[in-house]
Amino acid sequence: MTSFRQLSETRTFRTSWFSHRINLKVMMLIALAIAILILLMLWAITLGAVDLSIREVWNATWGDGDRKTLLVVRTLRWPRIATAVVIGMALAISGMLFQSIARNPLVSPDIIGINSGATVVAVAWLVIVRNTSQLPLAAFLGAILTAAIIYLLSWRNGASPDRMILVGIGVASMTQAVTALILVRFPLEQIRPAVVWTMGSIYGSTWRDVVITSLVVLVSLPFAILLMQPLRAMSLGDNVTRSLGIPLEMTRLGVILIGCALAAVSVAFAGPIGFVALMVPHMARMIAGPQSGGVLVFSGILGGIILLLSDTLALHFLPVVLPVGVVTGAIGAPYFLFLLYRSNSRM
Amino acid sequence: MASAVAAQSEQTPAPVRRAPKSRTALMFIGLLVLAGLAALLSLFSLRFGSLPVTTREAWDAVFRYNVDSYEQTIVREMRVPRTIIAFFIGGGLAVAGTVMQGVTRNPLGDPSILGVSAGASFGVTTAIFLFGISTPAQFVWFAFPGAAVASVVVYSIASVGRGGPTPVRLALAGVVMSSLLGAWTSALLLMSEQTLDLVRFWSVGSVAGRNLSVLWTMMPFILPATLACLLMGHQLNVLSMGEESARALGMNTQRVRMISSGLVVILTGASVAVAGPIGFVGLATPHIVRSIVGADYRWILPYSFFTGAALLTTADTVGRVIARPSEIQVGVVMAFVGAPFLIALARRRTVAS
Repeated sequence: MTSFRQLSETRTFRTSWFSHRINLKVMMLIALAIAILILLMLWAITLGAVDLSIREVWNATWGDGDRKTLLVVRTLRWPRIATAVVIGMALAISGMLFQSIARNPLVSPDIIGINSGATVVAVAWLVIVRNTSQLPLAAFLGAILTAAIIYLLSWRNGASPDRMILVGIGVASMTQAVTALILVRFPLEQIRPAVVWTMGSIYGSTWRDVVITSLVVLVSLPFAILLMQPLRAMSLGDNVTRSLGIPLEMTRLGVILIGCALAAVSVAFAGPIGFVALMVPHMARMIAGPQSGGVLVFSGILGGIILLLSDTLALHFLPVVLPVGVVTGAIGAPYFLFLLYRSNSRM
Repeated sequence: MASAVAAQSEQTPAPVRRAPKSRTALMFIGLLVLAGLAALLSLFSLRFGSLPVTTREAWDAVFRYNVDSYEQTIVREMRVPRTIIAFFIGGGLAVAGTVMQGVTRNPLGDPSILGVSAGASFGVTTAIFLFGISTPAQFVWFAFPGAAVASVVVYSIASVGRGGPTPVRLALAGVVMSSLLGAWTSALLLMSEQTLDLVRFWSVGSVAGRNLSVLWTMMPFILPATLACLLMGHQLNVLSMGEESARALGMNTQRVRMISSGLVVILTGASVAVAGPIGFVGLATPHIVRSIVGADYRWILPYSFFTGAALLTTADTVGRVIARPSEIQVGVVMAFVGAPFLIALARRRTVAS
């Protein structure tokens, strides 16, 4: 018991110009999750048409091995696995940011139209323009544009989250209607790739994808962690926030910008994967406790684990190869239900 | 929600409004006008469509039917059924959405949150995939059980443990269940092109090509559930004060929630079975109505019924007229009719939820 009590203690990290309170239990969980994630990545790389051992994978990663192994490990498998992990992180972090800013547990980045905006542009791109080369860029622009429209339409003396939810529902339903219209108006063989895209999939990732997505995550993460503190105060209401001297609209805009960038970059490279952004933040809170910078990081790693696990399962262990978004729901849901059950019976 | 309250308190305090007797009269007249409007819009739905029909012929088709007239047969056999269906389903979904938002006290609360739409889609897709069924009349028999089973499972999961099914637990369990069923549905769609071809038309939401027998099979569910929902106004008013206050006033909140969720599931399940998942009516109508009639659910509910009915019938008519000779599915038009409303309302005032 004493050891657990020590773990749940918080320590304050302080230097002359910086101080941050650290929850040891959350830190332990983060370390554990990172260890699991690394093992999972190595294991995932061993799977596939070419059989490799973990040792071979480890050596090839650092440039040691024959040409074929190097090609398989460094050019084919690593990019896909890294993309899955980074996108899982981006989704989970942006989900948590949006849920805390909207103070609504049912909110995901799609509240400001990220997925629906990206989807309508990507579907039009695939069905009408029939071009796959610039697809991520098109989807990204669709996401950002829709988000900007929703933010501007909700602006009236500040963008209140409640108003944003409603405007978001409205705009999202229109973009979804256009998507549906495209899908019923064109012949089946033309819409099929678009349907697959809308389920959320990672395939043919290159190092370029990895670099772009991880750059966005790495740049956003420090800001996101720092913003968690004012966000905690904001959960007490707008008036309390203002009287604490927190610049309300600036914080809100900052959170929205970061959350948007993270969600938009993931939908651009992997399509709309709904489950992670909505559910992983809940899972992280159920495991690690109330939201804080540490829990945000934990939720990111959890997102990476879940997306990688889903992608591996989708690719290697099912009779048909399915898009990762389909499997994410299927494996994430039972675990989530277990957590829900556990937290319910505890209360 | 907290910020809505905060924003209100910053404005100059509004004078306390009493509810005079004349207000009740006014609301009642408003309701009658709205009902009349909905009926008028339904008549428009008979008059306009891909085949040009004169007003006289449309009138005759309903009241003095002549079997030999081609135009009258079209009106009688195709437009009358879909108009009736659109009217009741629009009204029913709107009422269901209102009840759901009242019970969950969440502006995002809509019937699909309990896994109803996902369950129905799951049922329809599986049946198409396994048994090769292909008409809306057959879909009904798989959509409805799918919706019912899914929501019972959601409710049971959310009820585990002490405290029972709180709105947030219900919603989360529903979302998770939806994604689980959605995964299965997507997998089937990827495996069979034929299934995808049928499901893509069903899942947009449409009342085209439904004959009245489809409606009559579902009416024993839709009508009583709608009426029962309309009577829940008082309970929803009490619930809207918050869980603790409602309990302090002696309300068995768990029972109210269970009954209303059950009604919503029956109503939505039956509607989705007939017309496919038309989500937007249930989501948007309560917000539109609330901004007009205020926070009293005893008025919101009947207003919602007629607003939803009018919206869906109009959307269906518009969909037939703008893309002659083909048509645009009502689910698509609905979004374009309802969304601007919703956005304008959201911008106009602080939204009560």
